[in-house]
Amino acid sequence: MRILSIAVNTFRENLREKLLYNLLFFALLMIGSSILLSRITLGDYHRLILDLGLASINLFGVLIAIFVGIGLVSKEVDRKTIYTIVSKPIPRYEFLLGKYCGLVITLFANTIVMVVGLLIVLQVMDVPITSLVFKSLALIFLELMVITAVAVLFSTFTSATLSAIFTLAVYMIGHLSGDLKEFSKKLDEVSQMVVNAIYYTLPNLERFNLKGHVIHHLDFGMADMALTLAYGLTYAAFLLLLASIVFQRRDFQ
Amino acid sequence: MEHSDSILKTAGLRKTFKVGFWGRSVTALEGLDLDVRQGEVFGFLGPNGAGKTTTIKMLMGLIYPTSGQAWLFGRPIGDQESKARLGFLPESPYFYDYLTGLEFLQFYGHLFGLRGVALGKRIDELLELVGMSHARHLQLRKFSKGMLQRVGIAQALINDPELVVLDEPMSGLDPVGRKEIRDLILRLKESGKTIFFSSHILHDAELLCDRVAIILKGRQVACGRVSELIDEGVAHSVEVVIDGLGPEELARLRQMADRVIVQGSQVLVVLPSRQQVGSVLELIRGARATLVSLTPQKGSLEDLFIREVKNKQPELREAV
Ligand SMILES: Nc1ncnc2c1ncn2[C@@H]1O[C@H](COP(=O)(O)OP(=O)(O)O)[C@@H](O)[C@H]1O
Repeated sequence: MRILSIAVNTFRENLREKLLYNLLFFALLMIGSSILLSRITLGDYHRLILDLGLASINLFGVLIAIFVGIGLVSKEVDRKTIYTIVSKPIPRYEFLLGKYCGLVITLFANTIVMVVGLLIVLQVMDVPITSLVFKSLALIFLELMVITAVAVLFSTFTSATLSAIFTLAVYMIGHLSGDLKEFSKKLDEVSQMVVNAIYYTLPNLERFNLKGHVIHHLDFGMADMALTLAYGLTYAAFLLLLASIVFQRRDFQ
Repeated sequence: MEHSDSILKTAGLRKTFKVGFWGRSVTALEGLDLDVRQGEVFGFLGPNGAGKTTTIKMLMGLIYPTSGQAWLFGRPIGDQESKARLGFLPESPYFYDYLTGLEFLQFYGHLFGLRGVALGKRIDELLELVGMSHARHLQLRKFSKGMLQRVGIAQALINDPELVVLDEPMSGLDPVGRKEIRDLILRLKESGKTIFFSSHILHDAELLCDRVAIILKGRQVACGRVSELIDEGVAHSVEVVIDGLGPEELARLRQMADRVIVQGSQVLVVLPSRQQVGSVLELIRGARATLVSLTPQKGSLEDLFIREVKNKQPELREAV
């Protein structure tokens, strides 16, 4: 109940963020621009629209998660709004979870807006809307939940700017981690160990990427879906646990 | 550590901060021993940078002590159950400024699991108590400093706490605002609450507190009842006005007095304590001069404070 109060308040606070609307505007612009692009493209425009649309939702979702997420905790500490909350009978981890849930609600609302935009474009352009599209969108949202947890973890112990840089780095490496494994095979033993350590600790975000499946009509079964869901949720939960431990030990100065 | 009437207690509470790149240690508080009892107004006094906020932040569970211990309601600090019996107003409080007065108090009520009609009634009472009923639908960012302070106190009282902790509740307010906060504190005391507040304004404390502790540069220099501290610590000065003294007596007076001001045939003499009164009276009798008036001056915490600073090592002096 207390977590919900904090989440709702966080959501309300997020809605006041102008950056959010700017990002949302550009996301819709990009999704819409695929209509124009498809006019000047020869051949398979279905592919282009889906590719661009899903990529836009992913990219702008991540940008929202990062730029709204990093300020989530650090802003409360800097502005000292946290003082009156932590002195109430609320464990710190509940506060953190409340902030996280609030941001996830914000992201959900934004994703819905972007998805509606995409569906309208698909409808207008006569692109078939398959169940794979929805599976792909669900996993994009799962990825956002993981990225948000990363941003929250960083923001419990570093400044907003550093959290943004670190979280972006995790996002990019997370999408390259498949290549990372390949790449490590060419290295000497020590470097191989380092690269492998990165590979196994950072999230493998390519698991949440179904664009290839959608475009090439490859099946992604319910079992695969459940496994990926379990992976994402476990990873996010682990990050939040870590964030709670860091947050619990922290001095609010 | 169960103390039936000990509401807030610290033993050797100490905090050092690591500052700068090399993590140099700075001691903000050095071995604080406090014992605040049920139903009293306790003033925690000291100049800026003395360590008051650091202490309060430790008591509220915002930062962790480097060493030493503290208890609220006989339980170690950080305990969730004792936090439920606590109200806290931080120094120059910052709140979510996009909320209205009503939404703001609702948010804090929800954190205590208060809802619905009961919460609505509580909020009405509190807004009334702090004189903010008119600002119920006004956003906090349109509040003045005094209004924020008052709604901040309402926030601290939402759970009907037994102990109210206020960090510099009167700072930044005009005299009228300060008086309002003082009245509010007295009203809370009347309703049986224990109040612990910090201040660098000694005058406020003198009017309000049953007991005070004074800290300087992180070190406790005095603790006790206000009247006792003033009586023990500060000799009462006496002002005597005399008419018709000769130059010889005047010279002798100057040796006894703190200050001698000559005005025409009258002299105003400020004696450092009551002890000199006898010899001054003799002197007057001997010189056949007239005693115009004799006024004992009451000491103040301010005097005590300045004396304490003077007594301490020179390093402490720069604190004031
Ligand atoms: N986070 C911090 N890091 C380093 N030094 C600090 C920190 N917080 C407080 N201090 C130092 O501790 C001392 C006490 O500060 P504070 O408790 O804020 O005093 P007060 O509330 O009495 O004005 C000051 O010298 C201050 O510089």
